[in-house]
Amino acid sequence: MELTTVWFGLIAVLWAGYFLLEGFDFGVGILLPVLGRDDRERRLLINTIGPVWDGNEVWLIVAGGATFAAFPEWYATLFSGFYLPLLLILVALIIRGVAFEYRGKRGDLRWKRGWDAAIVAGSVVPAILWGVAFGNIVRGVRLDASHEYVGGFFELLNPYALLGGLTTLGLFVLHGAVFLALKTDGPMRERAGSLAARLAVPVIVVAAGFLLWTVLAHPSLSGAILALAAAVALVAGALTIRVRREGWAFVATALTIVLAVAALFVTLFPDVMPSSISTANSLTTANAASTPYTLRVMTWVAVVFTPLVLAYQGWTYWVFRKRLTVERIPV
Amino acid sequence: MDALDLARWQFGITTVYHYIFVPITIGMSALVAGLQTAWVRTGKEHYLRATKFWGKLFLINFAIGVVTGLVQEFQFGMNWSDYSRFVGDIFGAPLAIEGLLAFFLESTFLGLWIFGWDRLPKKLHLATIWLASIGTLLSAYFILAANSWMQHPVGYEVNPGTGRAELHSIGALLTNSTTLVTFPHTITACFLTAGAVLLAVSAWHLRGKNQEDVFRPGLKLGAWVVLIAGIGVLITGDLQARVMTEQQPMKMAAAEALYETSQPASFSIFTIGSLDGHEEVASVRIPSLLSFMATGSPNGEVEGINNIQQEYAQKYGEGDYTPYVPVTYWSFRLMIGFGGLAMLIALVTLWAVRGGRTPRSRILWISAIATVVMPLLGNSFGWIFTEIGRQPWTVFGLFRTSDSVSPSVSTAEVATSLIVLTLLYGVLAVIEVGLFLKYARAGAPEIHQESDDADRPLAFAY
Ligand code: HDD
Ligand code: HEM
Ligand code: HEM
Repeated sequence: MELTTVWFGLIAVLWAGYFLLEGFDFGVGILLPVLGRDDRERRLLINTIGPVWDGNEVWLIVAGGATFAAFPEWYATLFSGFYLPLLLILVALIIRGVAFEYRGKRGDLRWKRGWDAAIVAGSVVPAILWGVAFGNIVRGVRLDASHEYVGGFFELLNPYALLGGLTTLGLFVLHGAVFLALKTDGPMRERAGSLAARLAVPVIVVAAGFLLWTVLAHPSLSGAILALAAAVALVAGALTIRVRREGWAFVATALTIVLAVAALFVTLFPDVMPSSISTANSLTTANAASTPYTLRVMTWVAVVFTPLVLAYQGWTYWVFRKRLTVERIPV
Repeated sequence: MDALDLARWQFGITTVYHYIFVPITIGMSALVAGLQTAWVRTGKEHYLRATKFWGKLFLINFAIGVVTGLVQEFQFGMNWSDYSRFVGDIFGAPLAIEGLLAFFLESTFLGLWIFGWDRLPKKLHLATIWLASIGTLLSAYFILAANSWMQHPVGYEVNPGTGRAELHSIGALLTNSTTLVTFPHTITACFLTAGAVLLAVSAWHLRGKNQEDVFRPGLKLGAWVVLIAGIGVLITGDLQARVMTEQQPMKMAAAEALYETSQPASFSIFTIGSLDGHEEVASVRIPSLLSFMATGSPNGEVEGINNIQQEYAQKYGEGDYTPYVPVTYWSFRLMIGFGGLAMLIALVTLWAVRGGRTPRSRILWISAIATVVMPLLGNSFGWIFTEIGRQPWTVFGLFRTSDSVSPSVSTAEVATSLIVLTLLYGVLAVIEVGLFLKYARAGAPEIHQESDDADRPLAFAY
């Protein structure tokens, strides 16, 4: 296999890992006011992701860095083209990250309320906008002959991409609810589980609609199989959470996210950013890539260090495997 | 102002802001790890209290370092897409490696440290803060390698077909002579910064004889770190000046506002005048010092701006190759000056508190407390000097700042992000300083007898 293809795959893996992990962080953030009825409960919810959210966000940083190193043209066009949505995502991630660290640092309720609002806003905005961004990448945007995006901000808000945004929002909220049912005990576990069960049906409808639209617009066998597998995993998640098999439900929603990302990337390949003006203007794994030498170096680095990172990140989840209850949160 | 000017302002603001928090993180993570090691080794409670106290201040600072780092990673693509296209092959590699090797390590093990106090065995828990600290050093190394490549490009070739720079040797990139001097200079400056934090906060408490068991050793530790790291900063700075003169002679000339080639060249502590080479009203000079800094010999020749400008015009084509001299001149002095002042105050304070003394001099305490901002200013001016002194280039001798900016991004878009992010940074700065002061004033926590019950509340968590 060519190294450009390997790196296309690795970048897909990084985004899948990012959405799988920060997906439930976003979900927990969005559900903060829904499931957390008082301050102690909200702290309980935040503590489920407390030790891991920053490590999860590094998946995004590495996805960005890897795109820069492996496909500089893609990085340049994407980040300068989707300027305003990315700015919004940055602002959201900034206030959310600071909120996690600062909300507990003062006792008064107004302070905490303010940061809670920051967590919710900081989770909703990226949960939607990442879907919108990927919807647009797959759909194709107006790139001119020098690969510059010329479409402007409002062209990014087309129905297909917006449905994509709704899909990521729905998937992340469901994933987050399932995660909370898995990570808490007592009444919170029950409430999160039943919320997840109720959310499952509308999420299935939206996600299936988006995947179907994707497959119809870009027919390919592998894309269709992956999209179907994602849908099956999602239904499995809905069924298992109904009977409160939280572990299996979490595996299922995680698989849904990974398979959906895989479906999008397979649909995209060998383009990385198709141009809707002319296919001649499209960025592809070939014309966006770094030189073979850089790709070879990066491959070695990835081969040696990725297993190590996965091992210690996995270990963190093992250390904090115990379910949390509200009794453990100091008053 | 056009998109280019705005993008440059944005880069400067974002990076200087990020770099307020970074040195504290790099220096303090190691100092906290050291204090925790002392606790694990000796079992003395005041070490544990010190670890928790400084650890909390460190975390308040860390939060903003992380979220501003995110902007750093994105802004190359957003504002500098043509730069990203030109150098992606080379510059992207250290950035990606930094993420994979350093940021994962740092963030994962810091999470374990914060939440692991009662989950992990003592020694394993100690290891987590050391690993996080190593992560911060790795992170600095790779990002400095990226930056050094912009100061002194090595291990590459420009492909005439595509017009892009291509990497030929990752080894050359990672062992760039510029990186090898920049890294120790920056890291020692980080320790200087963290030492000043310990010195200043301890002084605040010791002034009122508050919690002497924690803050007297804290003050001494801080002052010693400032002194030792400071000496390291001076030595490495001197080395760096030599490497820089060799690689970017214009920067050294601009640091002194030296228009005519001189042998020997003197160093002016300050100059009153326009610095444009015409009217100098007055200056205080140390003979031969610039020659020594630039060449290692008190009688060495230092090239002047006018000569170098001519040379560059021949080499790179007509154009202005002189950076904005007032900024390079003053930022170079302020970098050295603020660091030197911090060292001086540390020395005096250390002398004043010797043998358990607690002097009453108000000036002494106020200056010890004020030390906290000096290395921060020194760092900022150092970077402003480095980056402005490289102008008009983003990659020295290869790629100009004016060619780097994103062609598809409008002035309005850059202005929007500049305003939004700058306002946000302002608000965050106010909040962070408020919290920092609150926790600094609160003093070290009392340690309650730890129970081994795994179900007791998570006291150190959110
Ligand atoms: C408080 C911190 C501090 C102090 C006291 C000093 N420096 Fe420094 N200096 C830095 C903090 C710093 C820095 C912020 O860390 C920089 C910016 C880029 C870099 O590598 O380090 C820097 C850059 C920097 C550069 C620019 C390198 C380049 O552009 O290639 C030179 C030549 C020096 N320093 C030299 C010195 C000398 C001769 C010093 C004292 C005699 C000195 N510095 C004190
Ligand atoms: C953290 C300390 C740093 C500070 C304080 C800093 C500061 C600055 C400033 C003030 C500018 C604007 C120069 C001008 O407009 O004339 C600038 C430009 C730039 N610097 Fe740095 N910088 C730092 C580190 C870095 C690093 C580590 C990199 C690369 C990895 C880098 C890459 C750039 C780039 C791409 C520009 C934009 C082009 C330009 O306007 O010159 N900087 N930096
Ligand atoms: C323009 C270049 C830079 C980029 C792209 C950049 C990128 C980043 C990013 C993405 C983070 C967040 C990591 C996380 O989420 O854990 C971060 C934090 C950090 N950066 Fe930077 N950075 C730059 C300049 C620098 C410089 C010059 C240094 C040191 C010499 C540095 C050292 C650090 C450290 C130690 C942290 C972690 C600690 C903290 O957050 O305070 N960075 N940086």
